[in-house]
Amino acid sequence: MSKETIRLKLKVWRQEGPKVKGELKNYEVEISTHASFLEMLDVLNEDLIHKGERPVEFEHDCREGICGSCSLVVNGMAHGPQANTAVCQLHMRHFKDGETITIEPWRASAFPIVKDLVVDRSAFDRIISAGGFISVNTGSATDANSILIGKDLADHAFDYATCIGCGACVAACPNASASLFTGAKISQLALLPQGDPERKRRVQSMVNQMDVEGFGDCSNHGECEAVCPKGISISAIAMMRREYVKSYF
Amino acid sequence: MSNPANAKSKSGVTGIVRKLISGFTGIIWTIFAIGHLAGNLQLYKTDGTAFNQYGHFLESLGGLLILAEIFLVLFLGMHAISGIQVWLGKRKARPESYKLYQSAGSKSKQSLASRSMIVTGSVLLLFLVVHVLSFKFNIFKPADVITLANGAQARDLYKYVWEAFKNPVYAFGYTFVMALLGLHLRHGVWSALQSLGMMKPKFSPVIYSIGGIIAALVAVGFLSIPLYIYFS
Ligand code: FES
Repeated sequence: MSKETIRLKLKVWRQEGPKVKGELKNYEVEISTHASFLEMLDVLNEDLIHKGERPVEFEHDCREGICGSCSLVVNGMAHGPQANTAVCQLHMRHFKDGETITIEPWRASAFPIVKDLVVDRSAFDRIISAGGFISVNTGSATDANSILIGKDLADHAFDYATCIGCGACVAACPNASASLFTGAKISQLALLPQGDPERKRRVQSMVNQMDVEGFGDCSNHGECEAVCPKGISISAIAMMRREYVKSYF
Repeated sequence: MSNPANAKSKSGVTGIVRKLISGFTGIIWTIFAIGHLAGNLQLYKTDGTAFNQYGHFLESLGGLLILAEIFLVLFLGMHAISGIQVWLGKRKARPESYKLYQSAGSKSKQSLASRSMIVTGSVLLLFLVVHVLSFKFNIFKPADVITLANGAQARDLYKYVWEAFKNPVYAFGYTFVMALLGLHLRHGVWSALQSLGMMKPKFSPVIYSIGGIIAALVAVGFLSIPLYIYFS
């Protein structure tokens, strides 16, 4: 039977504020292997508070892998080593006793660090505001099945719709590109009849906004797909490019 | 906020346009490289007539050849500029790098090839300049002139190449650069198709493998020639 508690050495990025220089600080923590990664940080923070030190700031909300708040680079990988898993769903049983774990924030100039491991991801909101929606008349809701959509198409669009907007794609991309995030939304809406009327305007303004925000270009490293907690395929990026070209004809 | 929606990107050229340019020009150059390799295979013949005739035929195209060359240079320039822009952009998009960074593997296509495109590309560009100066313009050494079967005068490029590749610096320098070409194409071929929006989930594993096979064939095809000549 494996050990129920493990001792870990942590190297955690500490940064007082947006403009201040940060550094990796060393900590030690003893934790149950049944705990989640964020619970491990909770235990560390309780300990720090008891000692009168400032706790480590990190973002979280649902802790169920659905909200996209959690955002940690664990041992150099966005959301850690477990594939298709947000870091809130990562458990300590995947780590060994005595192991050193390095924890850093998402790093991109479009995601400025607010404090410690918390970054400002409002650039994503502005990309969505640029066109990642469907304009509808307000009023009473229409019947859900008034437009029939084939199962294959619905499934395909849903694969792209699973994006939780966490930003791991940007964090893992060697170029800090937001192509997977933007491509997923563009592809989801382009596949559905509801998204069709605005598809040209949408792709042009979302792509433009992505550049304005200062994300890098995509080099097709495919690292985004590997870290995406929802496993969204880079075929979304290919589709975004097709949509972009088509929008000019 | 600092970046309001509907601001215009500064250059007016979006990242997607850069990828389209890079992918399209890359494909054209890959096709050119395959054609060039097909011609070079004549060097395996012990008799140089076929190779010299082929060289002479290309030169006899005159204006058409010059037009093709102009386009190739133009495409290469666009390819290089878009590549350099991507590289510069990446440094701006992440000024502070990770203290520890690892690829998550499995589905990731990140590799030595994908990370070194700027390096292999730069070496290939330098190589091309030297290559054209030596074999097209014979700057470093004049070529002998021979008379072909149809009475036309032509440069004895067959002998020229054979002599050049008896020099170890040329032979192994070329071999090395062609290995780098293979590395560049390993990421380049499938990436160009992805950039042009041609990848669908169903085909992408196949296309990724085909990209690797094309890269290997082109590299081995090219680098086998200097090695063959040097050791024979
Ligand atoms: S905290 Fe909601 S997805 Fe991780």
